[in-house]
Amino acid sequence: MNPRITFAVTGRVLAQLRRDHRTVAMLLFVPCLLLTLLWWIFDGNDLVFNRFGPPMLAMFPFIVMFLVTSVTTLRERSSGTLERLLAMPMGKGDLLVGYALAFGLVALLQAGIAVGLTVGLLGLEVEGSLWILTLVAVLDAVLGTALGLFVSAFASTEFQAVQFMPAIVLPQVLLCGLFVARSAMPGVLEAISDVLPLSYAVDAMREVQVRTDVTGDLVVDLLVVLAFGVGALALGAVTLRRRTA
Amino acid sequence: MVNNSTVDAAIHTEDLRVERGGRAVLRGLSFDVPRGQVTGLLGPSGCGKSTLMRAIVGVQARCTGVVEVLGQSAGSAALRHRVGYVTQAPSVYPDLSIRQNLRFFAAVLGADQGDVDDAIAKVDLVDYADDLVSRLSGGQEARVSLAVALLGEPELLVLDEPTVGLDPVLRRDLWALFHRLADSGVTVLVSSHVMDEADRCERLLLMRDGVIIADDTPQLLRSSTGADDIEGAFLTLVDLDREASR
Ligand SMILES: Nc1ncnc2c1ncn2[C@@H]1O[C@H](COP(=O)(O)OP(=O)(O)O)[C@@H](O)[C@H]1O
Ligand SMILES: [Mg+2]
Repeated sequence: MNPRITFAVTGRVLAQLRRDHRTVAMLLFVPCLLLTLLWWIFDGNDLVFNRFGPPMLAMFPFIVMFLVTSVTTLRERSSGTLERLLAMPMGKGDLLVGYALAFGLVALLQAGIAVGLTVGLLGLEVEGSLWILTLVAVLDAVLGTALGLFVSAFASTEFQAVQFMPAIVLPQVLLCGLFVARSAMPGVLEAISDVLPLSYAVDAMREVQVRTDVTGDLVVDLLVVLAFGVGALALGAVTLRRRTA
Repeated sequence: MVNNSTVDAAIHTEDLRVERGGRAVLRGLSFDVPRGQVTGLLGPSGCGKSTLMRAIVGVQARCTGVVEVLGQSAGSAALRHRVGYVTQAPSVYPDLSIRQNLRFFAAVLGADQGDVDDAIAKVDLVDYADDLVSRLSGGQEARVSLAVALLGEPELLVLDEPTVGLDPVLRRDLWALFHRLADSGVTVLVSSHVMDEADRCERLLLMRDGVIIADDTPQLLRSSTGADDIEGAFLTLVDLDREASR
């Protein structure tokens, strides 16, 4: 890997985003819109909003980043720029980490805005540090980015890439403990939810919500989310082939 | 061992075979492309030109046989700085300006940012440098893609149908550019499915259905087949081949 090339990729992705107002709006404000909608649905019932808010705060960045990343990288594949880059001195790690950095930066903004909104305006009650809450949201977004990069290797059209959303993201949403606490699920489902990264992201959010200090459980949850992100990036690098059929 | 003709050639292949989608697309190609010349790779659509170019730049899977480029095995890491490649589709970012595109690729190549302006000038797009690529015509977009390949002073240019769909004046200008580059020592391999571009090349590889059916200069091809033009020569060669296999 070469930092010059990695940062060139990051800068280019950000330059493309700057021109694409619709995607920026989707990345930054759609999560806020959805969170506000959630708050409104419960019509000022703080108890329910406090129960559903944190998982949503983990989920929206994850889903939005997953979608945008998988489609963006696929576009790179189908336009031929990926083929050109791989014929150049571009390391696979440079490409993936460059993308992850760019979207990670966007994720930081997104998480900052979403946390500011839910805690500041919508009255989400959080015992722990807002910095940690933001950190959890950023890690979730980076996880979404990494998974999006990974699955884009298995799609050959943007349509196929979008199909990974119900296949990979929705099961995690169902099993992450949002609807039924993970410990109350049938054993098999609990076991499955134990190996899905979003479960740990949601656990981490809940932990920050109820505990003032940084607990060991929280650290473990965050490390698991991070490990899944790094693992997906590494797998993405392995599955990205310079030579294609 | 260094002192033989295969090392002097810019591209050297021996019995190159490629399978795509279960079909043999390249069926045993052995040829040399000399350095410092403009070589045309001509053949009808679907004959395997793009596949051959992908094998030369090292992005084609399932190649067997030998492909050596500038004395090294095709696709080796050291070659990625020395070979400029234009894919058939204009592989640039439509949502960035011409200059932003070139700056990015220059950074990837480690090329001088001064190269960016040179490359834009060479393809005659100075007046459009800050326009978004998506707002350009197809021909202009193809020239942006070509400009990217000129960055970083490559020793070999592999250009997949760079002149298709361009107006005649532009085509003439680009061929003049290819010859200027060749005069400065760059090897240029250009593909086209339009036979009337043949006379602009110093050397020709005629391809049909995954095999090279002729490897010669345009003049010698015409005189050896007795045809008036390269299209005639192509047809004569195909007919001869049919008779031979009957
Ligand atoms: N991605 C692919 N998978 C399978 N077969 C392919 C693929 N791309 C091209 N082919 C086949 O390989 C043959 C040669 O294609 P190509 O090299 O693109 O020809 P040309 O560039 O001369 O038009 C064609 O028969 C085409 O159908
Ligand atoms: Mg082609």
